[in-house]
Amino acid sequence: MLSVIRHIIRKEFIQTFRDKRMLLPLFVAPVLQLILFGFAATTDVKNISIGVLDYDKSRESRALIGNFLNTEAFRLDHNIGSIEQIDDQIQRGDIKVAVVIPSNFEKNLHGGQNTSIQIILDGSDANSATIVLSYIARLLNSHSEKIMTEVLGRNMSGLIKSQERIWYNPDLKSSIYMVPGVICLILLITTLLLTAMAITKEREMGTLETLVVSPIKPWELIIGKTAPFVLIGLVDIVLILLAGKIIFGLPIRGSILFLLGVSLLFIVTTLSIGLFVSTISRTQQQAMTSVLFFLMPAMLLSGIFTPLESMPRVIQHLTLLNPLRYYGKAVRGILLKGNGPEILWPEILALFLFGLVTLGVSSLRFRKHLE
Amino acid sequence: MICIEVNQLTKQFGRFTAVNNVSFKVEKGEIFGFLGPNGAGKSTTIRMLCGIIRPTSGSASVGGYGIDSFPEDIKRIIGYMSQKFTLYQDLTVEENIDFYSGIHRLPSKLKTERKRWVLKMAGLMGRETTLTRNLSGGWKQRLSLGCAILHQPDILFLDEPTASVDPASRRDFWDLIYDLSDLGTTVFVTSHYMDEVERCHRIAIIYNGKIIASGSPKKLKVQYTGNSESSLEDVFISAIKREKENEK
Repeated sequence: MLSVIRHIIRKEFIQTFRDKRMLLPLFVAPVLQLILFGFAATTDVKNISIGVLDYDKSRESRALIGNFLNTEAFRLDHNIGSIEQIDDQIQRGDIKVAVVIPSNFEKNLHGGQNTSIQIILDGSDANSATIVLSYIARLLNSHSEKIMTEVLGRNMSGLIKSQERIWYNPDLKSSIYMVPGVICLILLITTLLLTAMAITKEREMGTLETLVVSPIKPWELIIGKTAPFVLIGLVDIVLILLAGKIIFGLPIRGSILFLLGVSLLFIVTTLSIGLFVSTISRTQQQAMTSVLFFLMPAMLLSGIFTPLESMPRVIQHLTLLNPLRYYGKAVRGILLKGNGPEILWPEILALFLFGLVTLGVSSLRFRKHLE
Repeated sequence: MICIEVNQLTKQFGRFTAVNNVSFKVEKGEIFGFLGPNGAGKSTTIRMLCGIIRPTSGSASVGGYGIDSFPEDIKRIIGYMSQKFTLYQDLTVEENIDFYSGIHRLPSKLKTERKRWVLKMAGLMGRETTLTRNLSGGWKQRLSLGCAILHQPDILFLDEPTASVDPASRRDFWDLIYDLSDLGTTVFVTSHYMDEVERCHRIAIIYNGKIIASGSPKKLKVQYTGNSESSLEDVFISAIKREKENEK
């Protein structure tokens, strides 16, 4: 009976690799996606175009502007002459941020008074606007501290300063945050899509009927058809980890074996869903569409790229039904925090239950479907 | 010895009756032809006997095993070639043979022997590494048959086996079927080609899900046209005519 499974697996591998073009989507695409996600899908504040309207044109105003430009975050592309120009430039997208310094800026400062500057932000990209805003707030804070020290001629006292220590990703590099997410995505897509396609292909070609009439047992068929993609998925994980480490300096703090183990548990679920999709699709195209139908919500409601905490309460409850949520948390935990089973056991338990239920339902449906 | 026995077998898809109360018997070693136009219920009958779909009512046994109670035993003793060409196009000739002998659990010694036999039978010696999709229709057909009988089944089900091959290949194919029958294999074959069904030992004509005539080609000719030299086509037409009159 093992020999039957072996024959199915061998056939599956021959078919998958016969077409050399398959190597591209299977092994090159994941690494490519990783690089794209790591470099391009970044939320770091970098090279933000800023426009400055300086009514004061004083030493203090120039010092403040200099402070903005001293960082990598902002780039001064446009000097602005009038308030109307700001409107125009933000409208056209030339600048994301405009800073307006009022004419009595230096006078007020030196007179020991409070003063304010106006910050205008392009909020059409709410996410980066928020990040830029908090970045500017920090910048202004440290600048005013400096001024106070100079003007008052003594060190500040009676202020609460925060001593920040950011754990796990001290530079808050978004690539470090992205790479584990990419692992989840790629594993999900390869295993789910390939399984669904491989089984639907047999149905489409009519070979499934021949298999049904042969003395293969349904579970032998299921294992034989899915095992190759489990292997390919695991190889992809190792590839992405390597690339992530070399290209982005991804820390691997936890055990790789543990990561592979948890991934295997997750794959049981994705393969089962792929199996399920194959029972509701007659053609490979239908299978592909059904998979996409599942992928989008699974990705968006996983908390991998957006924080679960900011979702509405109802949606948050909904994410509990998303296996990707648990896997995403586990992968980040293992890689970035070095978490082990003692911390991640709820996620493991959830993935185990998901695997059990989806595998049970799908195999039953598959068996029934064969008959 | 009775090899296939079918009793009042019926299959309904929703409100449509594909096979209607069909009964017949097939002797061991016989070539039994199932003749009928497209959509008459030939494939549905074969698919029930092979255990691909379940009948709505009625019973049948194949090789002594009931199709309801022992489908797994039936699968071991039958070979099946479906209407569609069902080898893996992206595998080579040899890989297809190896795969099918693998899933039929042939012991490795028998494997090599049967592989050689199939290659020779299909005329594919020296083409082991050709991709199946690059074979011509007749070759594909013989390879399909080869893969269906690798495990030397007692009973062979052929569903429109020659639907997509040229006349010369069809004749070769029928010669192979005769050889198998001589060796004791029971062959159940469906077709809508009158000329090839002529070569069967016995035939049944199925029309709108019902068997409207059965017997040896010769007997049917006498029975329906009164002339043993007439063609099966005449038999077919007059059988349908009688059936329609009976309905009225």
